Amino acid sequence: MRKLLCFLKGYEKESVLGPLFKLFEATLELFVPLAVASLIDTGIANKDFDYILKMFFVLVALGIIGLAFSLTAQFFAAKAAVGFVKKLKHALFQHMEQLSYTEIDRLGTSAMVNRMTSDMNQIQSGMNMSLRLLLRSPFVVAGAFIMAWIIDDRAAKIFGITILVLTVIVYGIMIITIPLYRKVQQKLDMVSATTRENLVGVRVIRAFGLEEEEKKEFVQKHKSLTQGQKFVGSISALTNPLTYVAVNIGIAVLIWQGAIQVEYGILTQGAVVALYNYMAQILEELVKLANMIVLLTKMVASGNRVQSVLEMKSSQIYPEKTNKEKQKKMPFVVFENVSLKYHGAGEESLTNINFQVNQGQVVGVIGGTGCGKTSLVNLIPRFYDATEGTVWIDGIDVKEYQKKEIRNMVGVVPQKAVLFKGSIRDNLCWGKTSASEEEIWKALEIAQAKEIVEQKAEKLDFEISQNGRNLSGGQRQRMTIARALVKRPRILILDDSASALDYTTDANLRKALQNMEEKPTIFIVSQRTISIQHADIILVLDDGDLVGMGTHQELLESCETYQEIYASQFKKEVSNS
Amino acid sequence: MTKGSKQRQILGKVWNYIKKYRLGVCISIILAGVVVAGTLYLPILVGQAIDFILEPGKVSFEKISDILWKTVVIALITALLQWIMNMVNNTVTYHVIADIRKDVFERLQILPLKYMDGHPYGDIVSRVIADADQFADGLLMGFSQLFTGVVTIVGTLLFMLSIHSGITLVVVCLTPLSLLVANFIAKSTFSLFKEQSVTRGEQTAFVDEMIGNQKIVQAFSREDISLQLFDEVNERLEKCSLKAIFFSSLTNPCTRFINSLVYAGVALSGALVTIQTGAITIGGLSCFLSYAKQYTKPFNEISSVITELQNAIACAGRILELIEEEPQIPELENAIELKRTEGNIVFENVSFSYTLEQKLIQNLNLKVEQGQKIAIVGPTGCGKTTLINLLMRFYDVTSGAIKIDGYDIREVTRESLRKNYGMVLQETWLKEGTVLENIAMGKPEATREDVIAAAKGAHAHSFIKRLPQGYDTYLTEEGGGLSQGQKQLICIARIMLVLPPMLILDEATSSIDTRTEMKIQEAFGKLMEGRVSFIVAHRLSTIRDADVILVMKDGNIIEQGNHEMLLQKKGFYYSLYSSQ
Repeated sequence: MRKLLCFLKGYEKESVLGPLFKLFEATLELFVPLAVASLIDTGIANKDFDYILKMFFVLVALGIIGLAFSLTAQFFAAKAAVGFVKKLKHALFQHMEQLSYTEIDRLGTSAMVNRMTSDMNQIQSGMNMSLRLLLRSPFVVAGAFIMAWIIDDRAAKIFGITILVLTVIVYGIMIITIPLYRKVQQKLDMVSATTRENLVGVRVIRAFGLEEEEKKEFVQKHKSLTQGQKFVGSISALTNPLTYVAVNIGIAVLIWQGAIQVEYGILTQGAVVALYNYMAQILEELVKLANMIVLLTKMVASGNRVQSVLEMKSSQIYPEKTNKEKQKKMPFVVFENVSLKYHGAGEESLTNINFQVNQGQVVGVIGGTGCGKTSLVNLIPRFYDATEGTVWIDGIDVKEYQKKEIRNMVGVVPQKAVLFKGSIRDNLCWGKTSASEEEIWKALEIAQAKEIVEQKAEKLDFEISQNGRNLSGGQRQRMTIARALVKRPRILILDDSASALDYTTDANLRKALQNMEEKPTIFIVSQRTISIQHADIILVLDDGDLVGMGTHQELLESCETYQEIYASQFKKEVSNS
Repeated sequence: MTKGSKQRQILGKVWNYIKKYRLGVCISIILAGVVVAGTLYLPILVGQAIDFILEPGKVSFEKISDILWKTVVIALITALLQWIMNMVNNTVTYHVIADIRKDVFERLQILPLKYMDGHPYGDIVSRVIADADQFADGLLMGFSQLFTGVVTIVGTLLFMLSIHSGITLVVVCLTPLSLLVANFIAKSTFSLFKEQSVTRGEQTAFVDEMIGNQKIVQAFSREDISLQLFDEVNERLEKCSLKAIFFSSLTNPCTRFINSLVYAGVALSGALVTIQTGAITIGGLSCFLSYAKQYTKPFNEISSVITELQNAIACAGRILELIEEEPQIPELENAIELKRTEGNIVFENVSFSYTLEQKLIQNLNLKVEQGQKIAIVGPTGCGKTTLINLLMRFYDVTSGAIKIDGYDIREVTRESLRKNYGMVLQETWLKEGTVLENIAMGKPEATREDVIAAAKGAHAHSFIKRLPQGYDTYLTEEGGGLSQGQKQLICIARIMLVLPPMLILDEATSSIDTRTEMKIQEAFGKLMEGRVSFIVAHRLSTIRDADVILVMKDGNIIEQGNHEMLLQKKGFYYSLYSSQ
């Protein structure tokens, strides 16, 4: 959390003035009991009407000045807190955008979103509160103590002991309850997970007739939650009664002492009233402080989470400019002894992969689930770095490319078809902001998505809702293909991008890609042989190993894995032949 | 008015839940009264004690000692009662919430699937969890603060009146100011807060989209543009947040200011009364001052409690809405318990649509005989899954009837109908629990050997064996570390264990690689011998040996027959098949 404080830069004035004015206000409050004391001792005792009126105006004036100070403080505190969080959000967003895929995987996107939203809100309210109250409450407590000391040093001892006891009570209960509350939260999460599970699995649960069991499980989990809540509730419910008793005992002792002092003429009656008032003030502030600390611990926890993201370094370094001098003469895409092991993974996902592809060729990548197909194509635009070996594109090591250049060169259609809120046009122009109307329609036509757009009254201005929910899975997939084509990439990667398309559309898409002018080098990842059998080269992967490479016919003759895959999809032909 | 009456309606329903604990509520109310009285009485005692401290030589220690002991004892009793009151409040609140949640959950078990399919899970979960929690907070706060607040105000008034009516008047006249100010601020900041929450929602949506899909953002080099867009929202949010936070934070200083005016007013009038009539002592004045200090607090608390309560009522409304949601049509009184069926299924003029506007299945007639394998093919969205929803009676037909062994399926119990089917869906679902428990879901009494045999049948044994604790490996929500294909194998093993008379496979092998799929098909083939099965598939190669292939398009069955017949027909099936 501490390292985040540098984002307060530019708000130094506000973050000093805020607490300072709050201190002024608190100081004024401390004068109130003194004014009342002298009103009693001087005004009432001497029946001095003017003096009483004077003290009255002093009290009103203290109120007005206090209000002015406090408003100023609130303004500065709010400004600093809001500004701080704005800058922090900007920095975090920027930072997240330059993290590499490895870090994104490690963090997980839902955690990243949480850092940007709920944690930031927590920090903002915590910051605002602490600028306002963090100094004030301890100051009032200390101030009351000092004032008591000034009035009577013996009374100060009673104050000291009372403050100590109160602190022990308030913080003791807090220390005991915080971990208990955490446990209750976990139990609540469990209840929430059970509910979710029940909803997601509703079809299976009903198919097996398990409704009663589910109810029993829910009730049982909730019972444990309720018990936890009641237990921690009964402990934290002790705070008020205990502090109340402590303060009142303190007051009783204080008055007893005061009585003795007055008897000996050391103190006046008004002074005793003042001491009594200070005692009440202390209680109030300590309770406020305790609430404040709860908020503060939440803020620090959020702050630490944000900081740890900010401290995360991108594991990939890109050169400022693509190093074209080292360009070698070799085929367009070359994998040379490439191995890949993901961060934290036990085994390699790709082992010693070697192949070469010429410009304009179509490459099919096939293999079972989890065999490394996606991992392989992800190395081409340098989403991940190979742990061993080199990936060459156009004779240059991918690590020598400038980030933008390599990303613009490769068009990727990921497995999950994601579109963004905005018009179809906005979405399609993601890779090339300057794309013309004609280019867009051309891309749509190749991606077999022309008819989708033509069906919409607004055509290219049709508004896509968040995550593209107002389009079907197949429509989204074709849109994402068009989006990659608008970019006019030199390499096009279709990562199982036709899975939601029916066979006819899939076939038409492949035909259209074949007939493109300025045909890019195309990588088609698929589980179905049908989608890749016309490719110039087919790469067959099995458990991270490249077990076969060649054309459909060649592989059918030589590659056992390929034969099996093919056979499993065309069972009858093989058995008949 | 309508809003008010709706709130009253909700409160009435909430009361039905609280009623069960009315003893607790009564105790809590009585305790609150006693606690407030004790709290208010103490300043009087202290005031009396101060009155015995006049000046040197005029201090009556005996009396002071008496009073102080009394103070301590009363403080102790009050504190004890307060603790008990808090615990009673907690107990009532948490039990009410538990009851409500239980009712919601039970209702979820009998809601028609239409409801689940039509509402995002997140929304339902947030009603069960977050809304119930907010409601609990509101209820707890309402309980402990609203009541004590009112009692404190009334009590303070009475105590003040008992000391001096004139000064009381000063307090009573000035305090409403504080309420007015607080109310004014709350009203004028409402629109600011609304603006803030709208802008914040906009930002969250943006972050959700861009950070959630960061990989795509980077793949298209959109980092700079999306940062620019983010900054634009961020700037706007900063501005409206600052306004909302600042203006709302005026409440405390302003009410505190009014409070200090009251305080000064009491000091002035008290002093004057003391000088002129002597009707009030110094101790009385000090007691008055501490009342004046406390008097506005319950007012402020009540106004915040009321906002909180309104929020709580809104939350309660959302939960109650769910509890009162129309359940599925209840079973007939004399519903038949379907035994193991022969598998003779007849669709008679079945029509069905999810919404009134969009017709889906119309006048479908179909006869399935014992042991047949029925395949359903067609493009996405043509109604394949709908057919399965109808078979399992997840949805009821709009008109016509589905009969099984001669019984209309609406005449048999849902449970007995569904238990006759074994269903594997494309979307796999595993429960939190061990692998063993997951496989034994439909047959909890199965032995370990049975489960392993089923897993072997589903070709899941080899990977389960390699899991850290084998069959006892605990799977977390959503199946944790298992791949989609592995999850599907477990789901298939589940069915292998139960061996129901009919099978429904909805794209059941879509995320399994084709080699494993082939092995599973073999196992299914054995399983399906003599059983009726319904298979939805993308890959036409897997369904060629089906007895009947239903080709669906736009909700209608446009072709029907076996593979050879359909190919000869050279219709839609032919074009689908030849494109593969």
